[in-house]
Amino acid sequence: MSRNSGLSQASRDPKWVQWILIGITVGFVTLLLILPLGVIFWEAFRKGLKTFTIALSDRNARSAIGLTLLATAICVPLNMVFGLAAAWATTKYSFPGKSLLISIIDLPFAISPVIAGLMLILLYGIHGWFGGVLQGFGLQVIFAVPGVVLATIFVTVPFVARELIPVMQEQGSEQEWAAISLGASAWQTFTKVTLPNIFFPLLYGVLLCTARAMGEFGAVSVVSSNIRGLTNTIPLQIDALYNDYNAPAAFALASILASLSILTLLAKSWLESRIEHRSKESEEIQ
Amino acid sequence: MSVEVQHVNKTFGSYKAIEDVSLKVHSGELVALLGPSGSGKTTLLRMIAGLEVPDRPVQSGEGKILFFDQDVATWSVSERQVGFVFQHYALFKHMSVFENIAFGLRVRPRSQRLPKAQIDQRVRELLQLIQLEGFGNRYPLQLSGGQRQRVALARALAIEPKVLLLDEPFGALDAKVRQKLREWLRRLHEQVHTTTILVTHDQEEALEVADRVVVMNHAKIEQIGTPEEVFHNPASEFVIDFLGSVNVFSGRHVEPLSETKTAETKTAGAKTDEAKIYVRPHELQITRESLGFSSISAQIQRIQRAGASAKVFVHTSKEQNVRVDIPIQQFQLLELEVHQQVFITPLHSHVFSPEYTI
Amino acid sequence: MSAKKVTQMRRLPGFGLTLGFTLFYVTLMIVIPIAALLFKASSISMQELVETFKTPRVQASLRLTFGASLLAATINTFFGFIVAWTLVRYRFVGRRLMDSLIDLPFAMPTAVSGIALMAIYAPTGIVGKQFLAWGIKTAISPLGVLIALIFIGFPFAVRTMQPAIEELELEAEQASASLGASRFQTFLRVTLPSLIPAALTGFTLALARALGEYGSVIFIAGNLPMRTEIASLLIVSRLDENDVVGACAIAVVMLAATFVLLLTIQGIQWRIERKTGRN
Repeated sequence: MSRNSGLSQASRDPKWVQWILIGITVGFVTLLLILPLGVIFWEAFRKGLKTFTIALSDRNARSAIGLTLLATAICVPLNMVFGLAAAWATTKYSFPGKSLLISIIDLPFAISPVIAGLMLILLYGIHGWFGGVLQGFGLQVIFAVPGVVLATIFVTVPFVARELIPVMQEQGSEQEWAAISLGASAWQTFTKVTLPNIFFPLLYGVLLCTARAMGEFGAVSVVSSNIRGLTNTIPLQIDALYNDYNAPAAFALASILASLSILTLLAKSWLESRIEHRSKESEEIQ
Repeated sequence: MSVEVQHVNKTFGSYKAIEDVSLKVHSGELVALLGPSGSGKTTLLRMIAGLEVPDRPVQSGEGKILFFDQDVATWSVSERQVGFVFQHYALFKHMSVFENIAFGLRVRPRSQRLPKAQIDQRVRELLQLIQLEGFGNRYPLQLSGGQRQRVALARALAIEPKVLLLDEPFGALDAKVRQKLREWLRRLHEQVHTTTILVTHDQEEALEVADRVVVMNHAKIEQIGTPEEVFHNPASEFVIDFLGSVNVFSGRHVEPLSETKTAETKTAGAKTDEAKIYVRPHELQITRESLGFSSISAQIQRIQRAGASAKVFVHTSKEQNVRVDIPIQQFQLLELEVHQQVFITPLHSHVFSPEYTI
Repeated sequence: MSAKKVTQMRRLPGFGLTLGFTLFYVTLMIVIPIAALLFKASSISMQELVETFKTPRVQASLRLTFGASLLAATINTFFGFIVAWTLVRYRFVGRRLMDSLIDLPFAMPTAVSGIALMAIYAPTGIVGKQFLAWGIKTAISPLGVLIALIFIGFPFAVRTMQPAIEELELEAEQASASLGASRFQTFLRVTLPSLIPAALTGFTLALARALGEYGSVIFIAGNLPMRTEIASLLIVSRLDENDVVGACAIAVVMLAATFVLLLTIQGIQWRIERKTGRN
């Protein structure tokens, strides 16, 4: 009943407290979040649309966009498949060392991207464990495109798995058992029972993974040679332009990534309202 | 202290939770608000506590809540000095049992606060009262459900409330624990004599514990009376139906029934075909032979012998399924068997005119 | 037969495949790189490590990194609580917009955030200009580092406290009020203590993020050795100088300190939760 009336008397704060806290919130969010977002677009279009289009049609900018898309296109599907496998393995079975495995999956969150880049140099650099051997086959990893891809993968490994594990944990495996007892094959059970149940969290995880993959800077900057038109991603190109005192071009590129992150936020709110809607419906039925 | 509610209304959006309810609870009384979920009983209790605000009165003199003849409708919950016990205990999880009980004494303004030693003394007394001495240092989640609810009760009693308000206090407990706590609550009430209002949807609980029972349905009060009154003289179809199982006979039986002398029929201007007759299972007699007009022939379908009385399920010649409860000794003497032809005769029945029920 | 019995008898299909792939991927992508770092670090002698740690430049950068991160996480926990409380408990125009914007620092590439913050807080920027008039330098100063770290840690603080506030037991607040407590007493004694675990988690996440942050800091920091150079940047400059061993030494010190810090907070949290039996 108290649900209908909102908060009961006892949990309602005095009006003046509400006004002060709302004021702080609006002020803090505006200053900290809205202002930077506005500045990016302001700086990008300040000199007119022409500077913007010129900045984007630059050869190096184009190749940076291409490399970013390539790295993302390799990284996201791999991490998605991994996320599904890891979530399935850690939620449908129990085995020794399971919680250790989950902690290891989370590790990239706790490791500075720069240190991640350093690790890759230790492995794939000329004097690294694998670097020498690969060099022998003519494959250069560090200061080249493969390094950029590997660095991107490292920092985004946990994203999909992190979203799926709690959801699948909560769902248990009764539905999968029911499907199998009705004669479904493993693949049918996965695609027809499991996947529809985790569709929204999966999409959400993929979305976050994509946003991070396109925007990763620290790890990539360490393993990339920062050679323009060759191993620069968009964030690296922004860095290079900014250091060349070509701020308008840097902000033009930045505004593309910022638009992408706004899209991510919009999609996130939409997905959350979908998930909420679903759980409310099921509550009502119960 | 007496509590009085006068012509109170409460709506949530378009939903009417309480419609023109008036009620007086006398000082030292234990009153149960009984009704199904959604009947408005919890809303009424929360309004008495000050956790909900009644709708503004349309006319002056309406919508009052009086504590000892003083209107408290505008007082906040912390000013009313009520002890409120929630269904799910609402204990403070981060505080020990001791700290929970002492809370109300410790948050008093400095000028009214008891010295620390006296607070400790009072908490120890309360721990004794709820039979949880030695549990003071435990945390709520280390207690069983019944123990938690006793702590919640002690916490409410600590502030020496003018009224004790219990919202389905035993609703979340097992049947066995519930029964024990019910008896304990009644004994406790005899010790402390605080005016108490208890909300419950369990008719047994209300009848067993309360001095008076207020039966509520659809935002209104159906009947107020002692447990005997509401059980034996129910004022409406709803009350008789809600307080225990009942057999309903259709209107065709009105004529023969009211003519017999064995059936003491309460007719509220009925005798029309639409009237329904309510007979409780224990108010029916089973015999081998007919006892007159009011007897109906029936065949035994099923017998359930477990319990203090046997439950005999019969199918009447009027195509009705009826349950008859007979004390187990009497049942053994009758030597009844399934498929046997018998007669059932009402000893007592209740008739409500169709105008009465809406 | 209950589902539990069935699982005891047999496993759902796919165990070998999914676990095998997971282990392979985790080993290749996470475990081997970390092992490489630890292996390299173990080849560094204790003396070298101490030497590295002793250089004033390294010490200054570690002090700045940990100091600014701890301060930023504290500020974020405080304001994060206010923002989370406001978003959950109050209804006002623009609430939904505010709510969806909280994740912006998380979704925005760090380099983009970095140049945006620099543009705002630089001596010529709209906020930086103001502060400069009061004699405060917001960019190319430790304050700039702090601002960037507050920016990137903010969503972690808000998003961990928000669900905790949503799940607060309203009845406990009502019980407290019925026992005579004022709204402020209820808040201080009942509401706030039950939010401590969530606040600690938020603090930890914001701290962890701040300690490893690179992209959003380096632009606004200006990277003056001894003054505004964070540890991550020092690693990068060591690498630029081809001093892999030096980079590793700093990285290992950073990692070790980070894990000790996180484990300590985890320990405190564990103690609180054990007592009050949450979860």
